[in-house]
Amino acid sequence: MSAPTSTITAVTPEGPEVPSNPAAPAKRRRLRFIANPKAATGLVVLAFFCLIAIIGPWVAPYDPSARSSDLIQPPSGKHWFGTTHLGQDIFSQVLVGTRGVMFVGLLAGLVATALSILIGVSAGFLGGAADDGLSALSNVFLVIPALPLIIIVASTIPSAGDLMVALVIGFTSWAWGARVLRAQTLSLRRRDYVEAARATGESTWRLITFEIMPNLTAIIASGFVGTVIFAVMSEITLAFIGISTISEWNWGTILFWAQSQQALAQGAWWWFVPAGLAIAVLGTALSLINFGIDEFVSPRLRSSGHTKVKTKDGHSVRMRVGFTPVLSSSREPVTPVVQRRAEEEVA
Amino acid sequence: MKFLLQRLAFYVFTAWAALTINFFIPRLIPGDPVTSLINKFQGQMSTEAINSLYVLFGLDKNASLWSQYVDYWGQVFHGDLGLSFTFFPTPVADILKQSLPWTIALVGITTFASFMIGTSLGVIAGWRRGSIMDGLLPVTTFLSSIPYFWLGLLAITLLAGPNSFFPSSGGYEPGLVPGWTGSFIGSAIQHSLLPALTILISSVSGWILTMRNMMVTVASEDYITVAHAKGLSERRVMVSYAARNALLPNVSGFALSLGFIVGGTLLVEIVFSYPGIGYNLFQAVGAKDYPLMQGVFLVITLSVLVANLLADVAYLLLDPRTRKEG
Repeated sequence: MSAPTSTITAVTPEGPEVPSNPAAPAKRRRLRFIANPKAATGLVVLAFFCLIAIIGPWVAPYDPSARSSDLIQPPSGKHWFGTTHLGQDIFSQVLVGTRGVMFVGLLAGLVATALSILIGVSAGFLGGAADDGLSALSNVFLVIPALPLIIIVASTIPSAGDLMVALVIGFTSWAWGARVLRAQTLSLRRRDYVEAARATGESTWRLITFEIMPNLTAIIASGFVGTVIFAVMSEITLAFIGISTISEWNWGTILFWAQSQQALAQGAWWWFVPAGLAIAVLGTALSLINFGIDEFVSPRLRSSGHTKVKTKDGHSVRMRVGFTPVLSSSREPVTPVVQRRAEEEVA
Repeated sequence: MKFLLQRLAFYVFTAWAALTINFFIPRLIPGDPVTSLINKFQGQMSTEAINSLYVLFGLDKNASLWSQYVDYWGQVFHGDLGLSFTFFPTPVADILKQSLPWTIALVGITTFASFMIGTSLGVIAGWRRGSIMDGLLPVTTFLSSIPYFWLGLLAITLLAGPNSFFPSSGGYEPGLVPGWTGSFIGSAIQHSLLPALTILISSVSGWILTMRNMMVTVASEDYITVAHAKGLSERRVMVSYAARNALLPNVSGFALSLGFIVGGTLLVEIVFSYPGIGYNLFQAVGAKDYPLMQGVFLVITLSVLVANLLADVAYLLLDPRTRKEG
């Protein structure tokens, strides 16, 4: 439930250069994103969770709701993550629950991203009264606390299933993305290449989709990832406080039962630790992807490895952007410029 | 001044929007949960109380939507939010009046503290890019990805217990009477330490990260180079030149993300059974107590708006450009 982690607010990507060999640089550029260790780690972990979401229900060793006589057992070879008060296998619950979490997260992310593009880009591109109205709308949604609103809307809907929860979250959490997209569109819409396209008589629709949108890709992507983080957190929260239906398993449902059955008082740490760790790891993976996108767009943000330089005479100087340290270690005396120029003239 | 007036107008507009959303949500509920609740408490409620619930939840099908809306506004301005069913027959407004100070004390202080601590750490991390501080970033990312409530559960298991210094639930010692006495305040602080720590740990990293990135961006500005060239001390350049400018976007970011943060911190109250608004919301959801739910939403939204206004005033004080006349 932290603030959106992306910090891209004022990036100014230049228009795509025209390379002599279009295929090779494009490929290299894409690889550069994957080569970023943060993004790569995040993508691998995300892929892992997607895989679990697909195959989870099939590979789960037990039926997550099936009761057995092993009540509140700590982790063992038979039950990897232990069992609940009804003897249900927690490992199976985590595996089966992944699907609901990923489904709601991705669907809510898609809905919110689509809305934020629609509202943010049209506000930025159209300007005038449309801009004022749409920005006011997104600011209102930004300031109103989203989570209590989601809780109230979801609790008024009888038997809120995964689909319903995803839609509610998607329709309430688009505002941040819209705001960022609007700011960026504003800075793009008067660029020369857009004006050139406008002068050739391109329609507004085509200007937006083919001239503006490609340059917003990074922001849209990071907005999507940010919304997925928020959606996953909100969904788990809803399940945890018992609003969404508890018949469908997800990580929040496990925590709901753990809390309501006093897992803490019984010392059953295995009941809530795996689900919580899964949430944290998924959230971290998504944040890492977002850092990767940020650093890809704005390389300055990279945590550079070697900023300390040791000079020959033992001084150490720290390099910094915009600040060139003067190294006082050069052995040969510096030739004054004027003198050198005089020597050149002689030669 | 013009800036402040503009913001004020916007907040008034937002408050109107929130109240209107609050008006429409119960009218979209399929079925009539409130009517069934009223029927359940038939005979125990005064006609006046039933009447106010009818207005709030639009149960009077004969009235037009517009007249319902006007009545609703009249009632909200009188501070009448209906009766709570969970705490029958206490009016919602009284319950909220009791729990709001707890939430403001806990969430307000910790959010502010987390902003200050995170920003200071971010200043150092951004200034010394590539030092150990950067290695800490992934750790803080992990901490911020943990849901607040889960961290709270973990804190209770690890730190609280029958013999521990930290109480695991409640806002004060059960035997004490709330008041401005030393023993009560001491007990309240003792009870709020663990929830506060939970909120602090999971919310601080966001501020570290945004401040670090702003510092990195600001560090390459010409005025920083000039400040270095003037031979000013490292500390002075970092604090008075770089940090002062990097702080501005962070403050406006603080205002905008308050809604997110407050939503999350309410959950900590639930885990710790802290007697604040968040815990009220939890009780209301459990009992399908719609009047209380609506009241909680309204109060949270209005508090966030006030906090936003305060953040704007802070921005005004920090950025001389907004103070310019004309």
